[in-house]
Amino acid sequence: MNLIRMQWPERITAGEVVKVRLLVQHPMDTGYLQDLLGKLVPRNVIRLLTCTLGPQEVFRVEPSSGIAANPLFEFFVRATDTAEMRVEWVDDRGNRGEFRQTLTVWPAASK
Amino acid sequence: MTLVQTTRHLTRRLWLQHGARLGLAWAAVQAWPAQAQKMESGRLLSLAEMLDPITQGAPVRQQDVRITAPILADNGSLVPMTVQVQSPMTAADHVSHVYLLSQRNPVTRMAVFQLGPWNGRAEISTRVRLAGTQTVVALARLSSGEFRYGQMDIIVTESACVDAS
Repeated sequence: MNLIRMQWPERITAGEVVKVRLLVQHPMDTGYLQDLLGKLVPRNVIRLLTCTLGPQEVFRVEPSSGIAANPLFEFFVRATDTAEMRVEWVDDRGNRGEFRQTLTVWPAASK
Repeated sequence: MTLVQTTRHLTRRLWLQHGARLGLAWAAVQAWPAQAQKMESGRLLSLAEMLDPITQGAPVRQQDVRITAPILADNGSLVPMTVQVQSPMTAADHVSHVYLLSQRNPVTRMAVFQLGPWNGRAEISTRVRLAGTQTVVALARLSSGEFRYGQMDIIVTESACVDAS
């Protein structure tokens, strides 16, 4: 099952600042809500999520129960050359998720 | 005669005691759901209470930070929010952290983002949960150590902390 989806513009030229959309499939249980039997669902939220583009960590977020289920994050990044975007997260239960996608960058001269 | 009087006295006292116990038990049952939902956070925090644990005396100014979110959010479980900070985002002058703070949520610090000059633009979007109508504050920490913040009032018709779905 694909737990993470990333999206950015189709054609990226070098030096461009691109918008990255990141969607993670996660329940983000707050610990305040009950299930159908009236039992409290224990807290299980993503503790830390990092995005690394090539060698550089470009985005880091520490969410809490205040972030909605299936969290969506949008941020900008300056793309200089083709590199691999790696996303990693850890939640309260110790589950980890990882996702890799290549960010293809066209040279600025070819445009 | 005296014996009868004392027994009658005792029964009346017992009656009162039972009544008091019943009342206490009823009060406890009434208070239970509120305690189970941990809704002691119904109190609204002041701006200083929200900002001070993070800024710790550093200069704070209300400028350069803009929050875009719906004025009226029907469902507090999912409120889209965009935070834009006016910053050149160079190595010398950039936004290093963005904090999303809630006035009413049980967890005040909803999210902490770390940015840097490689981002090019200090703008982030996410979807938050809100426990009722409140003011949401976005606090940005600059590379110089100063802070900027922006705030927005959001009316929430349905709190994120009561719906079990």
